Amino acid sequence: MLMSDLVAEIHMAITSNKVRTGLTVLGIVIGIASVIVMIAIGNGSQKAIQESIQSIGSNLLTIQPGKQRSFGGGPQQGMGSAESLTRDDATAIAQGVGGITAVAPTASGNQQIIAEGNNAQSSVTGVTAAYAQVNNITIDVGSFISDVQESKRSKVVVIGPDIRDDLYGENVDVVGQKMRIGGLSFTIVGVTKSKGGTGFGSSDEVVYMPLSTYQQYFSGSEYLSSISVSVTEQDQMTQAEEDIEALLLKRHKISSVDDADFNIRNQADIIEMTSSITGTLTMLLGAVAGISLVVGGIGIMNMMLTTVTERTREIGLRKAIGANQKDIRQQFLFESATLTFMGGVIGITLGIFIAFVLDHFAITTTQVSGFSVILSFSVSAAIGIIFGYYPARRAARLNPIQALRYE
Amino acid sequence: MIVCKSISKVYGSGDNQTVALDNVSFVIKEGEFVAIMGPSGSGKSTLMHILGALDNPTSGSYYLDGHDVSILSEDELSVIRKEKIGFVFQAFNLLPRATVLRNVMLPLIYGEVPKDQRKKIAEEALRAVQLTEDRWDHYSNEISGGQMQRVAIARALVNDPSLILADEPTGNLDTKTGDFVLDTFRRLNREKGHTIVLITHEDEVAAFADRTIVIRDGHLVEDRQNRKEEVKKVIQ
Ligand SMILES: Nc1ncnc2c1ncn2[C@@H]1O[C@H](COP(=O)(O)OP(=O)(O)OP(=O)(O)O)[C@@H](O)[C@H]1O
Ligand SMILES: [Mg+2]
Repeated sequence: MLMSDLVAEIHMAITSNKVRTGLTVLGIVIGIASVIVMIAIGNGSQKAIQESIQSIGSNLLTIQPGKQRSFGGGPQQGMGSAESLTRDDATAIAQGVGGITAVAPTASGNQQIIAEGNNAQSSVTGVTAAYAQVNNITIDVGSFISDVQESKRSKVVVIGPDIRDDLYGENVDVVGQKMRIGGLSFTIVGVTKSKGGTGFGSSDEVVYMPLSTYQQYFSGSEYLSSISVSVTEQDQMTQAEEDIEALLLKRHKISSVDDADFNIRNQADIIEMTSSITGTLTMLLGAVAGISLVVGGIGIMNMMLTTVTERTREIGLRKAIGANQKDIRQQFLFESATLTFMGGVIGITLGIFIAFVLDHFAITTTQVSGFSVILSFSVSAAIGIIFGYYPARRAARLNPIQALRYE
Repeated sequence: MIVCKSISKVYGSGDNQTVALDNVSFVIKEGEFVAIMGPSGSGKSTLMHILGALDNPTSGSYYLDGHDVSILSEDELSVIRKEKIGFVFQAFNLLPRATVLRNVMLPLIYGEVPKDQRKKIAEEALRAVQLTEDRWDHYSNEISGGQMQRVAIARALVNDPSLILADEPTGNLDTKTGDFVLDTFRRLNREKGHTIVLITHEDEVAAFADRTIVIRDGHLVEDRQNRKEEVKKVIQ
């Protein structure tokens, strides 16, 4: 049988019952489109999270008070809330460890903020001038906290754009304006540029003030919430981490790493951890969508079985005029592969379109991956062959005499 | 040339065995027009399936143009059907969603005949069965029963078969259209020299053929030449 004849036969078969063909293909379309969209959502959120982590800076080491994280260990001693790190530790790191660009000690907590009669609860962080450099903070208007303000314990703040928008109104010029934090009056000296990250821990919803001011008026102690260290070269991260660990152990007079009262995390670890979480999420979403694809495949099989039964006499006739098993099998296999192929093409188009709409209207971040397109395309072709094989084999094996007699 | 040597066909096994054909032997020469006659259940269709390479006999041998067909595998049988057999069924068995022309060309698809030749061959066959040209592009379920059967005969002609087999070809037609269809067979036999085996249980139908083989309960009971006068009479 010539290829062009096969195509013509299949065309006749699938156009003869357009409604049924359409509904069966729809099953595959939905399956493929949901695989594409789900994987796009998974990948999109992975990308969003990674970008917001990377926006903080990728050469970053973060030292926090509290026990080293240990997998499967007992309950963790309130990480970040323990009191073990001081400014002297930060100074010692800056002076004693090589290969680092800057060290930024911070102390932070939540405070009540009042401005223009508006009330908000926000994270307030005490920082030094180095913080902006270490954490890739850029200033939109005004300036960041300076060393002079830090040493003078000035009552000045730099606020994130979200805080400004919420309390003063969008894009209002707030430099020089006052705000009350925990009952004290502060002057705004700068607004940071938006980093675009959203949700928990976003740097757009933060209020910065000099560390010395924060320690005096809010924490009332010398202890820090964290020390951020920016390492000059990416490949010196491990070395710097080891040096800092050794230095702090010595300063805290601790002999074993297991007893350390601080922990050091590097940015790469965090990215790796979150991407493994979002990777699992993506797989889960993909698997759920995959189920609908399988259901679509069963729809194809069901239709093909019905078709074979309906066309039993026709199959008998074709055999009587000289078709062999291969001719018949080919015809039905091709028919189901054509259906899933059509479903695949439409599904991929629809999926990409939906992903685009979701992203465009900021409903959720999506990223269509070439991998998911190739995957769903091959899966749809495979479904056509797998679910079409049994009906096609059944058709090919029909006894021509019985098939011709079939009512 | 068809040679059947003590062909038997047994269906089933053990207690519910049916002997559909029992030691049937005959020879049909090229260009003959033979009717196989017998009452219902006598084994006519069974014989046709064997002659048409749709089935193997349980024992005995069947030579078609010198080849032993009785020992062939399923795929080898399909090649014999493709190249040497043309079937005409009682129920026409046309594809309803295809045009007359496409139905007639269908066997050529499996014969892989080049596309540019197919239409010519099909048109020639349709002319041979005297179906008027204005029907050729109709869908096959839009024409009358007599026309359908002539389309089916045209379809049986396109692969230039050694043997045309027709099982009760007039069973679904009234006498007048039936006679027209039978006349078509006879003309094809006389003018083009096709070998035709026609299966029927009616004497009047068998009378269109030159020779009648009668089987009963699977046995060949009579093999006679029809008288020439009788043949002439039916033509008028
Ligand atoms: N597939 C089968 N399995 C078992 N028995 C069968 C089968 N096909 C036919 N038979 C039996 O073989 C015998 C001959 O059947 P066959 O169909 O050849 O008769 P026939 O002469 O064509 O009859 P009719 O004129 O009614 O078509 C019958 O007794 C029938 O019951
Ligand atoms: Mg019969």
